[in-house]
Amino acid sequence: MQGKVIDVTLDTVVGEVMNMKNDGQRLVTFSTYQEGDKIGILYHFDKNLETTHLRLLADMDKPIPSVSGVYFAALLVENEIRDQWNVEFDGLVLDFNRTLLLDPEVTQVPLVSNVKIEPKK
Amino acid sequence: MATTVIPFGPQHPVLPEPVHLTLKVEDEIVKEAIPALGYVHRGLEKLADIRDFHQMINVCERVCGICSMIHGTCYSESIEELMGIEVTDRAKLLRVIWSELHRSHSHLLWLGLFADAFGFESLFMQFWKVRERIMDINEATTGSRVIVSVNVIGGVRADLSPEQIRWILSEIEIVEKEVKAIQDTIMNDYTVKSRTVGVGVMTKEQAWELGAAGPTLRGSGVAQDMRQQGYGGYSFLDFEPVVETAGDCWARSTVRFREVLQSIDLVRQAIAKLPEGELAVKIKGNPPEGEVYHRVEQPRGECVYYIRGNGTKNLDRLRIRTPTFANIPPLLAMLPECELADVPVIVLSIDPCISCTER
Repeated sequence: MQGKVIDVTLDTVVGEVMNMKNDGQRLVTFSTYQEGDKIGILYHFDKNLETTHLRLLADMDKPIPSVSGVYFAALLVENEIRDQWNVEFDGLVLDFNRTLLLDPEVTQVPLVSNVKIEPKK
Repeated sequence: MATTVIPFGPQHPVLPEPVHLTLKVEDEIVKEAIPALGYVHRGLEKLADIRDFHQMINVCERVCGICSMIHGTCYSESIEELMGIEVTDRAKLLRVIWSELHRSHSHLLWLGLFADAFGFESLFMQFWKVRERIMDINEATTGSRVIVSVNVIGGVRADLSPEQIRWILSEIEIVEKEVKAIQDTIMNDYTVKSRTVGVGVMTKEQAWELGAAGPTLRGSGVAQDMRQQGYGGYSFLDFEPVVETAGDCWARSTVRFREVLQSIDLVRQAIAKLPEGELAVKIKGNPPEGEVYHRVEQPRGECVYYIRGNGTKNLDRLRIRTPTFANIPPLLAMLPECELADVPVIVLSIDPCISCTER
């Protein structure tokens, strides 16, 4: 994959994202993938067409610290991940609570096989 | 002052895109805008689980009709990078030609819709009339006006004959002439300026921090265009990003207008440098294990594909970040303190494509 990849943990992700912002990096987006029972999140940054990625591997059933307090634009992609993987984010500036893309009555998580969830009330 | 909540969309007379905004308004001044997406969400990324990697080109092209060629190119180039396939120079430049034709017809379509949003219907019709020539080229060279489906993994499936090339050159010369004839109206007309200058201003710093993309970013003075990377056939062409500095609706429309002329120039350059060669190389096997992050420039801005191969005919993961998705947070920053009457103009100024956003 093009660009530098830096591994981060739940404890260091917000600090590393803050470092990126202080370095003048533009947050492009996040990408996600499943690895076993964990979710992989790649935070993609850009500066002068050079890309840097932060890679976080986290448990799906535990909240992930939100970086929307650092980059406001992260709110949309974090809500999308919430919808598609049923992963929660701690400190999300605008939390749609799994209804950004999905209707409240949806019970099947789109990108996680065989996981049913309670409909929103 | 009492606050009024106005629901804007998902179906609205001046906004042909199904996005919903909850506007909190005081005395006809917007104080807050909260988006609601999902009206047309299709879950296309999930299809990578059940469609093989060749079929996924057709799915990716249908993420958005208007930039279908560039979606197909981005997906094909991602798979080619993962599989280590070197595409011929002829195929790369043919992709550029159709991509730039797509960019110009997308911008002409948008310029027409934008004119319609501030009530200038004859200007709307002029832009769409010019656009028809590009659509005719698409139809004559690929068989389709919008979703041209020329990409295959390893190259392209259609070629341009010398007669077609001569005809394309004569057509784009007419397009250039007709577009220049409208230039004074879209860039200098009093009524256009009164609806766009100083409206929906976003500074350079805001655009960068909020992750804006494409003309929305360049209209705020940031000279960034993914074509600068020289991906595909762009490495053979001379290219400078179009930049405006005012950061308002006028600047964003001017960037798009100038990019129509730039696309015509790039088509000419690509045709001039079009070498002989195979259209596509043969592909063997499935994409191996690995991941690719690939970026291209669509009419609306930077588009990102992230794919993970696992050695089978299906991809482990396909993630598509479209430019409108990136431009929604900047939109939320542009709307507060604008007049209610300016909301359609500001929303349209990011060239929203909800089909892309909710792929």
